Amino acid sequence: MKPLEKENIFDIQKIRSDFPILKRKVNGYPLVYLDNAASSQKPQVVIDAIVDYYSNYNANIHRGVHALSQEATDAYERSRNKIQKHLNAAKPYEIIFTSGTTHSINLVANGFTTLLKTGDEIIVSALEHHSNIVPWQMLCERTGAVLKVIPMNETGELVLEAYEKMLSDKTKLVFCNHISNALGTINPINQIIQKAHEAGAAVLIDGAQACAHLKPDVQVLDVDFYVASAHKMCGPTGVGLLYGKEKWLRKLPPYQGGGEMIAEVTFEKTTYADLPHKFEAGTPNICGDIVFGTAIDYLNQIGFDKIAAYENSLLETATRKLLEIEGLRIYGTSKQKTSVISFNLEGIHPYDVGTILDQLGIAVRTGHHCTQPIMDYYKIPGTVRASFSFYNTFEEIDRLVEAVKKAKQMLQ
Amino acid sequence: MSIKEIQAEIVDEFSLFDDWMQRYEYMIALGKSLPLIEEQYKIDRNLIKGCQSKVWVHAEMKDGKVVFTADSDAIITKGIIAILLRTLSNQSPKDVLEADMHYIDEIGLKEHLSPTRANGLVSMIKQLKLYALAFETQKNNMP
Repeated sequence: MKPLEKENIFDIQKIRSDFPILKRKVNGYPLVYLDNAASSQKPQVVIDAIVDYYSNYNANIHRGVHALSQEATDAYERSRNKIQKHLNAAKPYEIIFTSGTTHSINLVANGFTTLLKTGDEIIVSALEHHSNIVPWQMLCERTGAVLKVIPMNETGELVLEAYEKMLSDKTKLVFCNHISNALGTINPINQIIQKAHEAGAAVLIDGAQACAHLKPDVQVLDVDFYVASAHKMCGPTGVGLLYGKEKWLRKLPPYQGGGEMIAEVTFEKTTYADLPHKFEAGTPNICGDIVFGTAIDYLNQIGFDKIAAYENSLLETATRKLLEIEGLRIYGTSKQKTSVISFNLEGIHPYDVGTILDQLGIAVRTGHHCTQPIMDYYKIPGTVRASFSFYNTFEEIDRLVEAVKKAKQMLQ
Repeated sequence: MSIKEIQAEIVDEFSLFDDWMQRYEYMIALGKSLPLIEEQYKIDRNLIKGCQSKVWVHAEMKDGKVVFTADSDAIITKGIIAILLRTLSNQSPKDVLEADMHYIDEIGLKEHLSPTRANGLVSMIKQLKLYALAFETQKNNMP
């Protein structure tokens, strides 16, 4: 397909008009928002759904006998069903609402404390976000398990041969992100999951980056745990999901004690509620969890096939145009990538580039992106990361390229 | 010159610029002209925490004045350091401690003053003042 055709995948102006924030000016320039891998912007339907909840049916859920509580409970459970359907989970109660990916990971890591023993092995990938490294290190400290790391190569891909050699009957858990937040690499999670299962290990996939760009099928993947955050998927902040296979969720102990997660409480003994409530102690982020469903509906209405095709086109164009700038190096050059470009200008600190881009109204992320091991691999302090979403345009790529040229000229 | 006079001078210089680009170009030039810190002081112990770029600061007393030297791996940060050191280096510890730093606001770098900003200008000012406090305390404790 030629780029021109791809540009017509959908009506970009119509899509942009769904996002009120895109009309903003920053430092006198129309905003170019290229920090989507950190957090996405929100369409009007999502903003309206938040207002609708608080205006019309705000009440605590699962407890009240009154109408509002019933309406809120229904909406909350409908949202769970939407997520179940979206991920093709077998059962609605395999979806746990959390406060985000980090919470989801910690819930699982904490649960495994009682299931691991000294000498067991846990494998993580070299491409992980700190949030998918630190909880496992803490788990190792608690249990005496050993953390092993799947190495990466120069293109930003995992070395699967090394991974296969690491697997043994000692391996109990494998953790890997679906897509690297720092480099955009799409990891071969099919193989990673399959090999782990052959060794008898469980697998958690961090889908925080992936879920904005593609629609995972947890049953086809046969993954044990899959986690993601709403705020990267056009949904509200402070909301996330944990998918877990029923057998695993039954095996794991509750993460937090409180209301909602109990069946019966006496001072002698408490019995826990059934799934999913066992993991949803206290009053959840009711509004956020409901609106997460609205955001998923919005994305599905556009269609993930269209989103992927359009974003790939943005990625190809931006990569080609940026590489025309002399002295610009892109980190993460796998053929399997989503629309994330991490780069540096030779001899120039990423922080300086980011500061000039901000002055020109362009929002990018600079720094180590919570992935210090990747930065250490490339021996750099950080990168400038431009991450594209389906509401970005080819004109915005030109603005970025011109701004990077300007930054280079000023900073050299 | 007193800190106040130097600050007024800097505010004057920056008032000549019409737009952000000229201001930043000037800061970048200042960054490039910042006298380098001696290599022996570019150590982790002298790093200021809270900056996205690395910032090293060394302080010593010479003839009753605090002399700061500093460096950074980012050039705009170096420009900001150059402005700070021009104001606060070669001043008495007491004057450094009492210096009002709001001139940063007046020279159009307000966005850098936010305590949540990753460049850590606030951390830098705090660290410079902490050095001054240490020297001032030392002086007062001497017999």
